[in-house]
Amino acid sequence: MATQGGLPLVPRPYAQIARQLGAAPDEVMQRLQRMLDRGVIRRIGAVPNHYSLGFRGNGMSVWDVPDEKIRKYGRKIGNLDFVSHAYHRPRQLPEWRYNLFAMVHGRNRDEVLVKVALIADLLGEDNRVHEVLFSTRILKKTGLRI
Amino acid sequence: MDDIDRAILNRLQDGFPICERPYRTAAEQLGVSEEELIRRLKRMLDNKQLSRFGPMFHAERLGGGLSLCAMRVPEARFERVADQVNAFQEVAHNYARDHAFNIWFVLATETPGRIDEVVAEIEKTTGYRVYNLPKQEEYFVGLKFEV
Repeated sequence: MATQGGLPLVPRPYAQIARQLGAAPDEVMQRLQRMLDRGVIRRIGAVPNHYSLGFRGNGMSVWDVPDEKIRKYGRKIGNLDFVSHAYHRPRQLPEWRYNLFAMVHGRNRDEVLVKVALIADLLGEDNRVHEVLFSTRILKKTGLRI
Repeated sequence: MDDIDRAILNRLQDGFPICERPYRTAAEQLGVSEEELIRRLKRMLDNKQLSRFGPMFHAERLGGGLSLCAMRVPEARFERVADQVNAFQEVAHNYARDHAFNIWFVLATETPGRIDEVVAEIEKTTGYRVYNLPKQEEYFVGLKFEV
């Protein structure tokens, strides 16, 4: 994938990719557009680095909510502006009872906890139990190879 | 980071045109020159304010496997197990978290079927259970991270 390192920062980036691949610029643009339409490419754009932008408190909040309501709540929580991703994941009983994950971003841990409390309010009694897991260290970080 | 950088960041999280001169098109909407937009994007990438600029691929739709996995490892064995886990090339990132489940990593494999195999290999190598937590549904509303 010629674009794995990112889009070239030149006036005609797609033409540059085309040159690397030995293809026509129009073909590269058409293929990218098709991948975008099919969802193979989520989007083309900027990915901010939360941490270096001052959002140093990133917490993985995990929730035990009724399975039949998870989609409704997942969509609501995924829509909150301080949540970057929300996922339904399988429980692993008895050790792991959480089925809804939401990444919460804030400037520090206290701010994250305030935002997590907002999610708890939103869920009300359907929040059986929740926790926030803060990362303490990056053990490994590589690009996604495809 | 000034107001123009912020506008670039906020605007270009939503998408970027596919056309002959996409920077020029985007720059016009932002009210800057093409050259300035490219220069600022370069600088934000160099400063690590941006972790990436370009297409974001959907790993599963490309045919690969992707999963989040967790482990519960006693503190005394933590470093050793973390090193063993990291040695697997399928481990894309790995974070220590302050919880009994203290090792959290993402597995990215060439095929979906390979996930279970790698999970079993990691369990065998480390002697600890790997809790495989693949996403069942994603509630992703695009990024709207305002700076």
